[in-house]
Amino acid sequence: MLLFIEQLLNGLQLGVMLFLMSAGLTLVFGIMQVINLAHGSFYMIGAYVAATVAARSGSFLLGMAVALPVAAAVGMTVELTVLRRLYKRDHLDQVLATFGLIFFFNELTRIIWGRQPLFMDIPAWLGGAVELLPGVHYPVYRLAIILVGVLVALFLYLLFSRTRLGMQIRAGASNREMVAALGVNIRLLYTLVFGLGTMLAALAGIMAGPILAVEAGMGESILILTFVVIVIGGIGSVRGALIGALLVGMVDTMGRAFLPDVLRFVFSPATADTLGASLSSMSVYIFMAMVLTFKPAGLFPAHN
Amino acid sequence: MRKIVLSLVILLFSMSGAMAADPVKIGMITTLSTKAGYLGEDIRDGFKLAIDQGQGKLGNIPVELMVEDDGRKPEKGRQIAERFMKRDKAQILTGIVFSNVAMAVVPKIVRSGAFYVSPNAGPSKLAGKGCDKNYFNVAWQNDNLHEAVGQYVTEKKYNNVYLLAPNYPAGKDALAGFKRFYKGKVAGEVYTTLGQSDYAAELASLRAAKPDAVYFFLPGGMGINFIKQYAQAGLNETTPLFGPAFSFDERILKAVGDAAVGVVNGSQWSADLDTPENMAFVAAFRKAYGRTPTLYASQGYDAALLIGSALAAVKGDVSQSDAFRAALEKADFPTVRGAFKFGKNHHPVQDIYVREVIKDEQGNFTNRLLKKVFTDHADAYGPECSMK
Repeated sequence: MLLFIEQLLNGLQLGVMLFLMSAGLTLVFGIMQVINLAHGSFYMIGAYVAATVAARSGSFLLGMAVALPVAAAVGMTVELTVLRRLYKRDHLDQVLATFGLIFFFNELTRIIWGRQPLFMDIPAWLGGAVELLPGVHYPVYRLAIILVGVLVALFLYLLFSRTRLGMQIRAGASNREMVAALGVNIRLLYTLVFGLGTMLAALAGIMAGPILAVEAGMGESILILTFVVIVIGGIGSVRGALIGALLVGMVDTMGRAFLPDVLRFVFSPATADTLGASLSSMSVYIFMAMVLTFKPAGLFPAHN
Repeated sequence: MRKIVLSLVILLFSMSGAMAADPVKIGMITTLSTKAGYLGEDIRDGFKLAIDQGQGKLGNIPVELMVEDDGRKPEKGRQIAERFMKRDKAQILTGIVFSNVAMAVVPKIVRSGAFYVSPNAGPSKLAGKGCDKNYFNVAWQNDNLHEAVGQYVTEKKYNNVYLLAPNYPAGKDALAGFKRFYKGKVAGEVYTTLGQSDYAAELASLRAAKPDAVYFFLPGGMGINFIKQYAQAGLNETTPLFGPAFSFDERILKAVGDAAVGVVNGSQWSADLDTPENMAFVAAFRKAYGRTPTLYASQGYDAALLIGSALAAVKGDVSQSDAFRAALEKADFPTVRGAFKFGKNHHPVQDIYVREVIKDEQGNFTNRLLKKVFTDHADAYGPECSMK
């Protein structure tokens, strides 16, 4: 039972991480109709810049404060120079161009930082573990990730439901010609949205830096799960991204944690282990297939 | 008289011309891109260091090293091998990092009569049923380092070990190698997805299983993630961690920091191995590249010296393949890990150690030799090899 609670928290934490990534991606896709495979690169840039600044200054928060605007600036530059030319093209062109960007950014980090993975430590004030319930110790840093995710979700909710900018973004998502005709500077809006999405990806990268290896290509491993999340949640919907991310995080974690044990009731231990290892790595995709069977447009489709 | 002098002069010229124009070509197929690119980089740099120390010569024979990146892809490795052999007429190939690439490329090379000296990958098949007279592995058979830790853990009387590896052939081989010499109970055996980055779920299950030690094999970035998260979960204070040298090379240690200190790992080489050859190698490598060599660099360096020793024996004429092979089999060169012999399947019969991760006086993370676990250890697959 205690193990189950700990695994629930692990699932929640993975879900929050995926939410930070997928919120940005789904915004860009829903509003600008661009498939941006290079989203993982911004995650990587966030982690690299934060790790470098944190190593030099010794301050995790300063690392974050520098990395977020740097990543947003890189993102907006990419929007201005590359993506802006792709809005009218079909998705295949966008996939090819942004796929190329992945190679570009991976090689760029190797040129700037070398092949040596960077080291980034948990700040001392977030180190250690707390006892949430008797017998359930959980690392403080992972709780902090969950907290950051909740704050971001709250921020996005307020942004979309309470501000003029949020209203324009929502309007742009449903009919961009009409919004442009009403006098909204749609180009500026796109650049801002892209910058926001990039910043969320960078935030995920920064939060992941102390637990993961900061290395070239680190964005690709999370990118695939991110796409699964936005497909499940419904492309373009931030609410869908939140629910999808939490579901995917739970399914993935629970599959890895308990599937081999469950299979042991049916099969011999050796078979259960092998089968469990293979099935749990597929569990997320099986879950996606099931969702799409009943809800082909995802759980919360943004466009009807 | 004039005629004789003239012909002598012409002969001399043509000979020196032939020598200068025809350095022995060595083709290196290795992994320089992808996350694992640093492995190939170190193998290449170690190999090049040996050539540079001989001023462009190995075994006093001029050589030309051609390096190409296989991107960790078997099919790309095959193409490069073909190009090296057909276009460049290279008769000596080396460099492959990953076993899956080696399995696709090596049989093709040796079947065409060329030689392959492996500085890293040592899949069981190439040591057993698939062994070949032209295939030599200068590093180890894949299982060896895991076997050493299995033996050490047993000697230390750990009795309930939790095992963890990625779900792919080398991961299963790793745990099989460990279990070959580990005699205690298995608290749990978990196979994770290849390339997985977050191990929170596995660590929670691991803690619940209450093992008295953990053995894991997660190469590259996966290992960095696992070691950091293991320490963050506080497990390093209660349950000692063991692994092969692959997760504890100097480059990984730099990215892991304090989390790896104290971990015991198995290796055939260590930077502090106290032999004159090794001390000279480590100093020269640091001077040339400004970093401490990893075991991969030592393997690249040894591969170059082995090839050099055989080139010297045939005076650079690789077409005398029987003599060249016989010279390779002797393994008669100043190896940085201490002398070893080749078994009949052309894999090293060598000493294997365990090392401990420490933080040195300058605050750098490195390995210190702890104990020799095996003396003249041979791999388990030799008997399956039909070579005499």
